[in-house]
Amino acid sequence: MAKVTTPKPKELSNIEHSPPLMKGWMNTPAEIRPGIYCYASKPKNLEVLGMPYPKEWNPEDDDWKLPENWKEIIEKGFKDRLDRFRSFKLFMDICVRCGACADKCHFFIGSGDPKNMPVLRAELIRSVYRKKFTKGGKIFGKFAGARELTEDVLKEWWYYLYQCTECRRCSVFCPYGIDTAEVTIIGRELTNLLGLNIDWIAAPAANCFRTGNHLGIQPHAYKDMLDFFVDEIEDVTGVRVDYSLNRKGAEILFVTPSGDVFADPGTYTAMGYLMLFHYLQSQGLDITWSTYASEGGNFGYFTSHETAKRLNAKMYAEAKRLGVKYIIGGECGHMWRVLNQYMDTFNGPADFLEEPVSPITGTKFENAKSTKMIHLVEFTADLIKHNKLKLDPSRNDHLKVTLHDSCNTARGMGFLEEPRYVINSVCNNFYEMPPNTIREQTFCCGSGAGLNAGEDMELRMRGGLPRANAVRHVNEKYGVNMLACICAIDRAALPTLMDYWVPEVQVTGVHEMVANALVLEGEKERTTDLRGNPLAGMEEEEDV
Amino acid sequence: MPTVEYQGNSFQVDEDGFIDDFNNWNTQWVDYVKTTEGISDLTDEHWKVISVLQDYYKKNGIAPMVRILSKVTGYKLKYIYELFPSGPGKGACKMAGLPKPTGCV
Repeated sequence: MAKVTTPKPKELSNIEHSPPLMKGWMNTPAEIRPGIYCYASKPKNLEVLGMPYPKEWNPEDDDWKLPENWKEIIEKGFKDRLDRFRSFKLFMDICVRCGACADKCHFFIGSGDPKNMPVLRAELIRSVYRKKFTKGGKIFGKFAGARELTEDVLKEWWYYLYQCTECRRCSVFCPYGIDTAEVTIIGRELTNLLGLNIDWIAAPAANCFRTGNHLGIQPHAYKDMLDFFVDEIEDVTGVRVDYSLNRKGAEILFVTPSGDVFADPGTYTAMGYLMLFHYLQSQGLDITWSTYASEGGNFGYFTSHETAKRLNAKMYAEAKRLGVKYIIGGECGHMWRVLNQYMDTFNGPADFLEEPVSPITGTKFENAKSTKMIHLVEFTADLIKHNKLKLDPSRNDHLKVTLHDSCNTARGMGFLEEPRYVINSVCNNFYEMPPNTIREQTFCCGSGAGLNAGEDMELRMRGGLPRANAVRHVNEKYGVNMLACICAIDRAALPTLMDYWVPEVQVTGVHEMVANALVLEGEKERTTDLRGNPLAGMEEEEDV
Repeated sequence: MPTVEYQGNSFQVDEDGFIDDFNNWNTQWVDYVKTTEGISDLTDEHWKVISVLQDYYKKNGIAPMVRILSKVTGYKLKYIYELFPSGPGKGACKMAGLPKPTGCV
């Protein structure tokens, strides 16, 4: 176990972007480097999911223990997917290699590695497509940009497919609308046909399949965690909040990423959910948490469509079992991509549920007509719009806030205004990062799509550099000290990124700030925020 | 899977040096991790953290969230980092024989 040290920021920010001279990319095999790649999937996790070819293997070894007919498996898998997904076929055919996407990828910006240019990342796969499936490629070979599938090519695929966070920033700039993330998604499916996943994806997916969530939290432990939050909320507010778990007959099922109940700072967001639901009880909110559907995220989505479908199905199975009318989802990123883009054909339409209507405002969420699932931030925005929450934004005055648009909610579902509306309603100091780094053009946290492991820290710090750079800008210009986000991978990944590049800035979920501002009935005078930090003007009292 | 030999004991570990199975944990493992984690003397405070982690794990099949660890031991996070320089997850959990948490963490 060689210890891998991540270079210091000064060293790491010295990035060479000019391509290597003379030597073509096809003649440059991937050098699989520690700090960049994630550990190989463990056989026990692939076995839980029934994935093919589980085995112990090491990406740094020459022998990847491939089945003898591996080439045949990939080629057949490739063909199946070309037949099944018209988008994939189109994306293989229509790229003119104009390079508009080249410098839009956070991994290319942060690493300078030419194969992290989206056009070239996709070309790694396209070149094989041409050779196998197009006449021009078969006849003209390299001159037509085609090449044989070899073990080196397969290793190169693996190395670079697991250096893409499927954030889709590149697709925003593609004049043809090619979604390179979908190429990554299919490419990863192909690697999974040979048992070549990374364990940071395989383990959570297996945990979720077996126990209900990525962390493998069992029902009694899940309850224990929520009970802990109830005690903590009482310490800060003097109010003992009520919640329910696995309650049949509730009107709404609440599903959130398990990171929220386990890992800081997501745990404060989870406290925010509990406080909001408690507050709304008297206004008619009838909502339950679940230990079975205890995961909003879907690491299956980083593995294959089939795995994503199986994990997504659990939410709907639980909604059916409990007999709820619809589902509210917490602050999660890729959960919404799956919901918005895939759920309907995976497991839908969810006809046994009803079109979501806010029990408090009567607002009908027509955008969720088919999936019957809405985002908590839109639910909260609607409450605020109808003046249903008593808020004291000054309780967030110790914070200067900016918003990181989470890739999947921003680009995957156009969820841009709602988080801003909520944040502006609960705090007085909000500052935007530069326009080419937010909204549709938001820069990825650098750790999404299952890459938020520990061993690929150099990759994560490189990929997160553009985001961190924009945060540094608002930190220096306006004194921003809090980075808000609505995704659990963000909440897990951004604190490390900030510690590395902009240590003055901390990370929060939006509902943590909502809860800080929310005036609960019967609460004591608050002197601290949920984290126990003194509120603005209360610093001295804290010192006594 | 790499193997660690230490004072007549043999431990199977993962890439980050976490023990493969909690059932294979013993006090020699603690002695071994001490050498790799740069901890000079094991104090009662170290043992308190280890035993809280293990009790919670036996009951719940998962490490406690950091805030619970902090509350039950009465040690602030900063102090836990002083005890275990690589932190509660990488240092203390490793020493206590718990697996690494995965997912959005």
